[in-house]
Parts: sequence; C-alpha cells; structure tokens
Amino acid sequence: MKGLGETLGALAIQFCGLSLVAFGGANAVIPEIQRQSVGLHHWMSDREFAALFAIAQAAPGPNFMISTLVGWKAAGLAGALVATAAMCAPSCLLTFWVVKLWDRYRDAPLRHAVGAGLAPVAVGLVASSAWLLSRAADLQWRLAAVTVVTALAAYLSKLNPLWWLAAAAALGLSGVLG
Amino acid sequence: MTDVRFVSARRAAPPAPAPRPGELFAAFLWVGLSGFGGVLPFARRMLVEKRAWLGEAEFAESLALCQTLPGPNIVNLTIVVGARFAGPAGAFAALMGLVAAPVAIVLVLAALYGRYGGVGRIPAMIAALGAAAAGLVAATAARMAWPIVRRAPVSAAPFMLLAFAGVGVMRWPLAWVLLALAPLAIAVAWRWRR
Repeated sequence: MKGLGETLGALAIQFCGLSLVAFGGANAVIPEIQRQSVGLHHWMSDREFAALFAIAQAAPGPNFMISTLVGWKAAGLAGALVATAAMCAPSCLLTFWVVKLWDRYRDAPLRHAVGAGLAPVAVGLVASSAWLLSRAADLQWRLAAVTVVTALAAYLSKLNPLWWLAAAAALGLSGVLG
Repeated sequence: MTDVRFVSARRAAPPAPAPRPGELFAAFLWVGLSGFGGVLPFARRMLVEKRAWLGEAEFAESLALCQTLPGPNIVNLTIVVGARFAGPAGAFAALMGLVAAPVAIVLVLAALYGRYGGVGRIPAMIAALGAAAAGLVAATAARMAWPIVRRAPVSAAPFMLLAFAGVGVMRWPLAWVLLALAPLAIAVAWRWRR
C-alpha cells in the first residue's frame, strides 16, 4: 500500500490527463479510467469498478462522477475531491479561454459558419449517446420499452423529465419489469 | 461587459437581464440535482425553456463548442454560460452549482450501495432508471434535430446522420470523426451562407 500523498498525486495526474483527452465527454474515457484504476494502480477489481460506474450513472448529476468514485475508492474523501477537481480543472480552463475568443468574434461570418456547421454534428453526437446508452441499459425488451416510452413522453410533453424518471423507478421497484 | 451586451442584443424579445453569479449557481444547482446519468436534457430545459437565457440556436451552438473541446460536455457548458454572462466569477459559480451537490450525493450513494445494493428490487430500480435516462437523451437529440432539419435539410441535416453513423454505429474514435466532419460541415455552412 502506497502513502496517501503518492496516491493523491497519481489520481491528479491520471484525471488531469483524461480531462484533456475526453473528447465527447466523460463516457469516452471510461475504458481508459478502468485500465488505469484496475490494471495499473490496483485500486479496485473489475467488479468493483462496474459497481461504482452503475452508481455514478444512477446518481443525479453529470456523468463524469465515476472519477469522483474512483478517487474515493483509492484514497477516501481527499481522493474523491482531488479526482473530481483534476477531471474538471484542465478542460474548464481551456474552455474558459476558448469561449472568450469565440465571443470576441461573435459577429464574424466565419464564426457563424463554425457554429452553424458544428450544430448538426453535435446533434448526431447526442443521438449517438442516446443509442449507446440505450444499448448498455436495455438488457431485455421491457427495459427497451421503458426507453422508447420515456423518449416519446419527454419529446411530446414539456413536463419536468424527473417525473418520467420517477415513473420508471417506480416500475422497477414494483417488479413488473422482471 | 461587452459580451453581455452582445448576448442580450441577440436574444428574442423581451430580453431578460443577464444572470448574476448567484443566479447561475442556483440555476445549475437545480440542473445538477435533476439529471440522472447525464444532465443534458435538464440543462437544455433550464437554459432554453425555463429561463430563456439562450435561444434554441445559441444552445445548439454552445453545446457544439463544448463537445468539440475535451472534458465533460456539461461541465464545459457551465463555463461557457457562466463566463458569457458574468465572467470568471460566473463560470466558477455555475461550475460549483453543477458539481457540489451531486458529488456529495454520489459519495453517500456509494456508501449506501455498498451495504444495500443487492437487496430486494433495488437492482431492478437502477436498471429501469438507466433505461429511462437513455430515453431522455434520445428526446433531447430529437428536439435539437427538429429546428435544424426544418431550417437546413440539405446543408446541415446530413451531418447529423454522418456523426451518428461514425460515433454511434461504427464506434470510431470521436476525435477522428470530428477531425473529418467538422471542417467539412463548416465549409458547407460557409458556402450555404454566401
């Protein structure tokens, strides 16, 4: 077992690096987080990693919180805070710098073309997330039905989406989803 | 301050006053506490529908910027929105609003799950939540897609399908797909405007 300082340093290095290569968001670097946390540093087993990932998905909030839980598992509360900060800080600083440039050239025609060109690509990426998330979540047809019904309900109504999540949770608890 | 004026001038009437750091913190606190397995649908609802801080096109554009940059997209979005309305303080307030409560909650849940995770129907409930969360993301994609399909069915809509095919179906690395598609999409958008 390594010292706490050493573990915190390893967490900081790991997640600072992942923060800057996480194109497409946190879900893109999940395999790399697993490889480093399980294979390289031996902070947990594959099974424990899978359980932590499920918790991060089920909890409210952004889906980068698998990094919070990896830090917690490796080095307690200090590890959780270091991993969370390391996952956010580098990309946040980069974004802050880029958005200032972005807004300075707000009325430039090229900047407008960049925005108009990237928007449909972004929609395709969100659709990809939906597709990959549903493939991971819909292990049997009843769960697939939950996904489809939730998508239609959320698209057709302006009700707070939390209601649909609550309904799904209630269905799961009732046991009808098997 | 110039940034604020630009954004206000572009927004549809009546223009709401630019939010202050405290409001940004409170608004993103709500967003962070609402989303399960991804908060994008809730961020869109808050920013576009509830508070009208961003128009539909501005939201899609900001999100595209956030997805082009590395890092968690929604975290980048707090920086973009916060910095635009209230500078560094706004960016920090929005970020803290988004992450503070969820980080605390996920740690409590991890401890609880360690004890009760396999009990009774808890696993079935978590599976149902995951399925519903995927459906919410699909609805968000559809809502974002509709205005683009209507406005630019030929020049923009095909890039949705290409991005989906590359990342969602082929599972190619996102960086490659973006490197290939982004310049092309921007060039087409540029030509289309002239």
